[in-house]
Formats: sequence, structure tokens, C-alpha cells
Amino acid sequence: MNSPVDPARLSISVPAAAPVRTRLKGLVEISTEHRVVLALAFLVIFPWFAPYEALAVNILVFGLFAVGYNLIYGYTGMLSFGHAALFGLGAYGAGIPIAKFGWHVLPALGLGILVAGAGAAMIGWFATRTRGIYFAMVTLAAAQVVYYIAFQWVAMTGGEDGLRGVNVGVVNLLGLHLNLLDPRTKYYAILLVVGLALWAFSRILQSPFGAVLEAVRENERRAAACGYNVRRVRLLAFTLSGLFSGLAGALYGIHLSVVPIETLHYFTSATVLMMTLLGGMGTFFGPFVGAFTYLLLADVVTVITVHWQLFVGGLFVFLILFFPRGIWGSLMHWAER
Amino acid sequence: MTFDLFLLQFFTGLALGSIFVLVALGLSLIFGLLTVVNFAHGQFYMLGAYAGAFVLAWTGSFWIAFLVVPLLVGAIGMLCERVLVRPLYGRGIDYPLLLTFGLGLMLLDGVSMIAGTEGVPFDTPAGLTGAVNLGLFYFPKYRLFLIVVTALLLIALWLFLEKTSYGLIIRAGALDSEIVQILGVNISRIWLVVFGIGIGIAGLAGLLAAPMRGVFPEMGIPVLVEAFVVTVVGGMGSLVGAVVAGLLVGVTYSFTAFYFPQMAQLSMFILMGVVLVLCPRGLFGRAGVLG
Amino acid sequence: MTTYDYDREYARISRRRVLKGAAAMAAIGIPAPHYLRHARAQTGPIKIGFPVPLSGPYSSEAQDQARCAQIAVDMFNAAGGLKGRMAELLVRDDKLNPGEAATRTQELIESDKVNFVCGSLSASVQLAVNNVAKARGVIYNSISQSDSINEASDFSRFTFHEAMNPHITAGAVARYLLPKFGKKVAFLTADYAFGWEMVKGFKRAGEQFGIQDVIEIKHPIGQPDYSAFFPRIQAAKPDILFISNFGRDQLNSIKQANDFGLKNQMKIGVSVLLYIQRLAGGGQPFEGVIGGANYYWELEDTVPTAKRLNDAYRKKHNTVPSDYAAYGFAGIYGLLEGVKKAGTTDTDAVIAAMESMKYDAYKGEQSFRKCDHQAVQSVLVLESKPDSKVKQKVDTCNIVAMEKGGEDRLRSCKELGHG
Repeated sequence: MNSPVDPARLSISVPAAAPVRTRLKGLVEISTEHRVVLALAFLVIFPWFAPYEALAVNILVFGLFAVGYNLIYGYTGMLSFGHAALFGLGAYGAGIPIAKFGWHVLPALGLGILVAGAGAAMIGWFATRTRGIYFAMVTLAAAQVVYYIAFQWVAMTGGEDGLRGVNVGVVNLLGLHLNLLDPRTKYYAILLVVGLALWAFSRILQSPFGAVLEAVRENERRAAACGYNVRRVRLLAFTLSGLFSGLAGALYGIHLSVVPIETLHYFTSATVLMMTLLGGMGTFFGPFVGAFTYLLLADVVTVITVHWQLFVGGLFVFLILFFPRGIWGSLMHWAER
Repeated sequence: MTFDLFLLQFFTGLALGSIFVLVALGLSLIFGLLTVVNFAHGQFYMLGAYAGAFVLAWTGSFWIAFLVVPLLVGAIGMLCERVLVRPLYGRGIDYPLLLTFGLGLMLLDGVSMIAGTEGVPFDTPAGLTGAVNLGLFYFPKYRLFLIVVTALLLIALWLFLEKTSYGLIIRAGALDSEIVQILGVNISRIWLVVFGIGIGIAGLAGLLAAPMRGVFPEMGIPVLVEAFVVTVVGGMGSLVGAVVAGLLVGVTYSFTAFYFPQMAQLSMFILMGVVLVLCPRGLFGRAGVLG
Repeated sequence: MTTYDYDREYARISRRRVLKGAAAMAAIGIPAPHYLRHARAQTGPIKIGFPVPLSGPYSSEAQDQARCAQIAVDMFNAAGGLKGRMAELLVRDDKLNPGEAATRTQELIESDKVNFVCGSLSASVQLAVNNVAKARGVIYNSISQSDSINEASDFSRFTFHEAMNPHITAGAVARYLLPKFGKKVAFLTADYAFGWEMVKGFKRAGEQFGIQDVIEIKHPIGQPDYSAFFPRIQAAKPDILFISNFGRDQLNSIKQANDFGLKNQMKIGVSVLLYIQRLAGGGQPFEGVIGGANYYWELEDTVPTAKRLNDAYRKKHNTVPSDYAAYGFAGIYGLLEGVKKAGTTDTDAVIAAMESMKYDAYKGEQSFRKCDHQAVQSVLVLESKPDSKVKQKVDTCNIVAMEKGGEDRLRSCKELGHG
């Protein structure tokens, strides 16, 4: 059961030949074309006013995770409850080589991405046989299986105690001597990776494949009638989503120096869904804004009161009732009017 | 495994399944008729347990709580429907899903704020403590009570849906809400009542589970996942499915817990995965049909 | 539930930092002062980071711990601090999640520039905090009951463990139960590291009494329903049922064991009888259950430092501290004693001081074993009272035994992988 998405919420489908009526609309157009550059510019100056660098890195990581999630949810219309599995596979896939086998961080990252992608392909193969809420539940079941395996395989993953020892100290890269224990350096190193990923994501969306994804979301039968193998498109989208989410997971493990078993828990799946919807699904930058808002709120609110869940829940309810496009989506919509 | 042990595990599974059935029933009802995926369902279950503890402390009688709690929690559910869920109809399944998720968080933290995080004691009601000799084995009285109560409730619900005109309207509304509206029925009031019934049953489930599992704020979270599994296995929107699946999952869990305790929780998901691969809409699922 | 005074206390310090950031954000485009890096402060206040699960299922325990930690800080400051340098407690919510805890610890060390870290309740969280702290050369005193932190793979010279581990508590319970109630033991174990550690500790201690393992059942954590297991336990006819789980699981298993009438056939023992859990469960299900603990307030009758803690806590909060809260006190107390002994906050000096000192926080003399920095301490064995015998709300248990601390109660250094 596909959820209808308001096309006006999309910030990418602005025809190039439309006459520019207001400065604001022009600004939106330009920012859409150069969205990656602008996004990165913002993120570059972000540490200057973020309360904590560690929090800022979390925002990068979950922002990327949510962007990966959005590929299948916002752009292809597939609701998944099991994305924690892909995040976690990436985290363990990179973390285990570093912690147990002393790998260098770059090949470990690569392995993390591959493991997550492979996992996504396997899970996706089963899941894409169903749709709607059933698809979501199959992904949840798959995620639980992955959780169980990680929990039991204590020798490799640390089990319930998590994987410790993902210590990446100094990275020598292209003559640069990067000390990842320095919070600023770590932030910019991770930003570099996330930036590249966002650029790749943008290219995917702008490619013909990106258009097919949206076609499948809008009207599956029509897309099939046009000759597209819908199931294969879905599977490919799910796998791609897995690659991005896996990369985010790998970066998370490196950032924290541990991989907690909770990365595979369904609460992580729920969190990324929340972030995506909070920011605005179907927009490029929305999930990032969602991750940003959610993490900042959770961090700031816990300083004031232990009842942060009440506030976040309340915010959710408020946003859904009055700003269903999400924060960013609503902003975009307002700017385009 | 001897026959008496087998039967014992089976009965235990039925008792466990009874809770699943009650929670999944409400979830399936709400989804079947309103197409709302209620992520706060587990928290209403929790509210039922707390309300029960409160009424019990106030009146000293479990039976009064038994009558009052579903009405009370159902009323709260109806209030939520009116104020929060109603504005979102017609916008697809995502919005109510997210809204109920946020609502769930609020309920959880709200209850923690009011009643504390460590939970409240809830003793098994006098008269239902201890075990009965069922011939082949001893079975806790309370669990037997639970199975019986659930069965009675199911019969009552079936009678309501099949034999009363109100039930007829509800079933018609599930089949095609537009036609029902055209025929002059106030469909939004039907939805309100159905939402209330679904939530009320969940609250009752919480009350019934309280003597076995304790009362604490997080008690609804695993229950929600279990309820979803059951609802999906049975088929979203199918009440028969919720009952069959609930008992099936309960019994599966019970037997897996006997042989492979570590895998007990996973077994539910594997069962669900297998069912979905074979019947992608669940055992009894057809889009938008109740019963 | 009043958390108000505590909220304000810990929010005071961190709020400054957050508001600074928020204000800067509001004036977007105006960069905050350049990020300066300097060595951990050897002047100015002595900052101790304290990540604990303030939200979530153990928030009562955690808030209690933060209250007691503050008492330790106040005691230190009231005595003049370290040559005039006062101590400051920075409490953070780790949400019982290792990822959050690791983030909070990085924030505390990198941005808040704490001198030391203490805290955490869950085993996985303490391991995450430990990993972050040791990589940055900051002393971490863990108050989480778990065996793994003593092992060589997680240990570092910066790691200290104030809390007991399951091995010690389970062992003490075994040494009390077996001579009194019999040799045949049934085990109901939560299927995770903590559970397995408790069973191992119990069995090890039981060897000298000729323990017979009649049945061992593992259950998944968060198990709501134990009815599948009790018939098998009953069939095995044990003298003792040893339940190795924690928190809600313990409460549920004991309640349900009660329902099944198990208490008439066997004696029930647990590794840790958590005070707050006992209050939440009530007297009826817990009646007669034996469990281990690090602290019970009635110790004040015999141990002066227990009285010291209780009095300070009573003065501020009108009641007595729970067992886990006392860990909060002891963890901070231990760190600050080390600072006092070393005469400085320099990490190496404090480590040396802590390794060699003897201290009495709240229950008698303690010291840290050199190879794994495990605090050697006494263990209490408690028996839960029935409701009929309870005189006031906090009067939940009787102390039936107190085992003096000794290195022989711990696993050997060699076994843990230390040289």
C-alpha cells in the first residue's frame, strides 16, 4: 500500500525553463541545483556553534543514515522497519576488522559498506516479495534475525556488551597526519566522507534511475506498464539504501570507538524513521534536518529534564498535526509559494 | 517430552497467546476499519495496567477494576482519536503511524512522571492465586482464568459484530466506508467507537497481564512488537486472524522456550517471516475486510 | 517523585555550556571563540563526569546515585577541597545506551574537560565509557556490576572498578545458602553475560560444598512469562533455586515463581537483591528470598561510615540511600580520596595513589587490587522480609550475613588475563 506523497513537497522537480518570479523562488532554484555544496558549506561551519563536537559527528552520521533511509522511504515509497540491520551490519562490518584484526580504517570502511550492501540485497530479496505494512514487518523480522546473530556470536561481536576496541587513533593519508582523537579533526574527516556520500546520493537521484524510483512510488502499475521491472527497481533501491546506511553505521562505530548491540535494535530503526519524517521525506536535505533537530533536541532537553521523551513525542505530535511535510519540507514548500 | 509436559506447555502457550490475542485484536480492529497503524497501542495496554493498579488501590476490588478499566482506557482512546487522529484521515498510513508513535512516547514519559519509573506492585487477586490440579498437571489458577476470560470476550465480541445492527454497520464500514456514508451513517462516529473498543480491549489486556508481569512504564514496548507480529501473521484487519495467530504465536513461543530458550523471541519473527513468504497478506488477510 | 533539587544542581553547570552554544546558534554567522586546546586543568575546579541512566527503567537508581555522588563531592568541598580547589560533579544522562554513553563521555572529556569520569549502571555502558576514557588517558571509576571490565582485554591502567562483580555477590550467596539449605541447585538464568557470570560465580563458590547442578534453564532477557520453565524446575526437585537475572526480569520471575508455589518446595536465592526493585515488587512475592547486596542502610548500627553516609543523605533527602546509590557515593569518594592522597589531579599520580590506598567509604575498609583495579570490599547477604514484619517503608530486609572482603573471593589475576 503506497502512501501518496504530495509532489509539491519535492524540492528537486523544478523545471529549468520556468520564469523566476520572486527572488526567493530563484534562491530555491539555485540552492536546489547546488544543494550538495550548500549543505556541505553549512556543515563545515557547524562545529563553530554546535554545543559539542561529539554531538555534531552524531548528526553527520545519523543524517547520512536518514538520507540512505529516505532513498527507499521518501523516494521509492517503501516503509522499512528493519534499517537498523543495515546500519549495524556496516558498523560491525567495519568495526570487527579494526578491533579484532587491526585493519586500517579505509579498507575497513569499504568492508563495512560491502557487508551492509550484501545484507540489504539478501533482506531485500525476501522483503520485496511483499509490500506496504507487510514489507515493513518482513524487514523487521530480518533485522531481528541479524540482532540475534550478533547477540549470540560473542566471540566476534562482543554480544550484548558490544564490540569494544574500535580504536582509530592516527590515520596517515596522502601524507596527511590525521589524529582522529582530536574532535575537530575527526569531525572534518567524517564530514569529508559524508560529503562524498551525499554527492553520490545526489547523482543517483538526478539520474534516470532516480526518476524511475519516484515513478514507482507515485504509480506502480503505470511504471510497470512503461516496462520497468518494479520488483527489481525496489530491490536495487533497497540495496543502495543499504550501502549508504552501512557507511553511516561504519562511521558511527569509528566515531564512538565501540559498536553497541543497540545499533541493531528496532529502536534504531524507529529513530531513523522519526528523523526522516521529522525533516521531511522526499526532500533531499530533509532527513538531515530531521536528524539534526532530533539529536540536538534530545541532547539539549536531557540537560533540562530527564523527561526528554515527553518533549520529543509532543514535538512529533505537533509537527504531524500542523507541519506534516516535516520541518525542511514545510520550509521548502513555503519558499516555493 | 511426555504427554503431560506437552499439554502443560500447550496450555501455557494458550495463556500467553490470550494476551497476544487481546492486544492484537484491538490493533487489527483499528487498522481494519480506520487504516490506522496504532503505534501507541502498547502504551494503552500499559495505561490499563496502571489504571487497574489505581482502581485496585482505591476500591480494593479486582472485579471493579475489571469493569472500569476498559471503559476508562477506551474513553481516553476516544479522546485521542477525536483530537489527534481524526485530522489525519485520508492522508495515507504514514501520518497516523508517526503521530501515534509520538503519542506513545508522551504516554510513556507522562506515566513515568506521575507514577514513577520503578513500577507499582500488583498482586494476583485473592481467589485466583495458587494452582489447580488439572489431572495431568498443576496449572496456575490465574492463567486458567485468563484463558477463560479471553474466550468469553471473544464470544461477546463475535456476538456484537455478527448479531447486532451496530456490529453490522461496523462490518459494512470496514468493507466500504464510502457506501456506508452515502447510506446516511455517520461514519466518523463509528470510527470513534471502534477506536474506543480497540483501545479498551488493549487496556483490559494490560490489567489482565499485570498480576503476571508487573506494572511498569516500559511494559508496553515489547507487547507492541508482539502485537504487530500477531496481527501481521493473522492478516491486518482480520479478527479471526488475530485470534488464530495470537494463539499460534503464543504456543510457538512456549514450545521454543522449552527447547531453545534463547531463540524464543526470535521464533515469533521467524514464524512471521515464513508465513509472509507463503501468504504475503497474512493467514487470513484481505485488504480492508473485517471478520 | 521529587527530582527537582537534583535537576537544578546538575543542570546548573551544563546549562551554561549549552546556552552558550544555543545563543551562538541564534546569531548564526557569528563564530564562537576559537576552539582552544589545552592540557587537562591542573588548576581551577576538579571536574568529575558522571554519566548515569537518568531516563529509562533505572532512572530511580540513577537519580539516587547522582544524589549520593553529590554528597561525596559536598563532603570533599566542606573539608576544604584540594588545597582550596573545589570538586564539581557533571551529571549526564546516558539513557542506558552505550552509544549515548560514549557520546556523553566524549563530550565530557573533550569539551567539558573533566579530570575524571565515574558512573554507569549497565555492563555494556560501562565498557563503552571505559573504551572512550582510556583512549584519552582519563581515569574512569566504574560503579556497574559486571565481570568483563576486570578482564585484560577491556582493562587499562586508567580503569578502576568500585562496584562488585557478579562473581563476588553470587559467591557470597552460595556460601550462605549451600550449608543451610542443601546441595541440589536449580539455575534459572537470563541469557546474557551478566546472567552467565552470576551462575559461574555461584558454581565456583559452591564447589567446596559439593554443589549438584540439577537443572539449568536459560531465558531471554525481557522475558515476560516464566511459566514454561517452572514445571521443569519443580520436576528436578532442587533444594535451592538460584535466579540469575536483574531488575524487572528478577521481579517477574520471582512473582511468577511465587504464583506457582515454588517457595514451598525450595529456597529462592538471587545474586543481587536490588533495593528499589524490592520496593516496587512489594513484600509478598519477595518474602524469604535471599540475595546479595553491596549496602543496606541498617549497616549504620555497626559501621560508623555507613552512619556518616546515611546521616548526610537523611539531612538532604529525609530518607536513606539505596544500595546502588551508595555506589555513587563510593565511586566519587574513592576518586577524591585518591586525589587527596596524591595531592594533585595529575592522572599518573592519582592512579598510583589509588592503587596503594586503603579507604573507608561506607562499609569498612576497601582497597583496589593492583592487577585489575577491582575494589576489594565486603558483601552483604540479605533476606527479604514479609510485609507483616516491615516496620517502615525502607525496612525491607534483614542482614543475615556479611562477608569480609578478600582477594580470594575474586577471580585470580591470571584467570582474567593479567600477567
